[in-house]
Amino acid sequence: MLAFQIIIVAFVLFALSRVIARFREGSLTAGWLVLWSAVWVAVAVAAILPQTTSWFARLIGVGRGVDAVIYVSIIFLFYLVFRVFLRLQKIDHDITLVVRELALKRRGEADKD
Amino acid sequence: MRTAVVVPAYNEERTVGEVVRSVRPVADRVFVVDDGSTDGTAAAAAAAGAEVIRHFMNRGLGAALGTGIAAAVAAGAEFVVTFDADGQHRAEDVPRIVEPLAAGRADAALGCRTADRARMPAVRRLANWIGNALTFVLFGLWVRDSQSGLRAFTRRAASELEIMTDRMEVSSEIVKEIKRHGWRLAEVPIVPVYTEYSLSKGQGFIVGLKTAGRLLLNRLMR
Repeated sequence: MLAFQIIIVAFVLFALSRVIARFREGSLTAGWLVLWSAVWVAVAVAAILPQTTSWFARLIGVGRGVDAVIYVSIIFLFYLVFRVFLRLQKIDHDITLVVRELALKRRGEADKD
Repeated sequence: MRTAVVVPAYNEERTVGEVVRSVRPVADRVFVVDDGSTDGTAAAAAAAGAEVIRHFMNRGLGAALGTGIAAAVAAGAEFVVTFDADGQHRAEDVPRIVEPLAAGRADAALGCRTADRARMPAVRRLANWIGNALTFVLFGLWVRDSQSGLRAFTRRAASELEIMTDRMEVSSEIVKEIKRHGWRLAEVPIVPVYTEYSLSKGQGFIVGLKTAGRLLLNRLMR
């Protein structure tokens, strides 16, 4: 096994252990557990058996295995950024709701004084 | 109570007091939402006789409007008017914009500053037109002044109005809400007061671009 394969597999094992730990904590839902596990297993498979990426590339009609891996990675990253964007928007608005609630409540209390 | 005027204000100590004094004769209650100002906005508004609601941190125009409208509805207002704190609106336009609602002809009213074209600087007119066009493309309702700060809602419209955006996009979002709820809209010509100060407080080029960008993103992502 080449050095980079060992490094990647070791990293994947570490990442998988984190994913499982997060799931046990309850901060990751079952759906995300499956998705993230699949992502990391796929990374390990691609590192150990590079020829599988060529098979995958032919399957989706892209020239080379490496290209297919990069395309899929970019799509996945875009999707993650999209998720983070939505999440940020929600948190931003939630902060506003908290600030509003506090502002109206304080006013109500000031009226009583 | 009939008419409540909501004035969102962020660092407007120079003008907010005068604005409050000018609208008090035409409003039963005046709510100033101090959106986390770092100057004396809250004190100036209170001294002029407004009821001040204070955001402890700056959340943006949409957030401030949402808070003020909620307070006005809770206080039992029949008509809720939004009014800019920078002094660009005339108090005498408040009864004019409430009139179609009071007469039962409309559920929401927007004050259009475009009626008298000569008054608006050319750059402003262009920016406004772009705002109108973008609002139309995204939300499917053409209004003559989508970015106007002078608006009026009936009690029912004000309580059903759902403001999800926190910043300047709120102006277009309100147009979206008018369309979504199928409210009858009155567009009332108003006379804007352009002073050097009120021009400096509006959306500059960069802020306008950011607003447009966020509008597009919001539309695409939902």
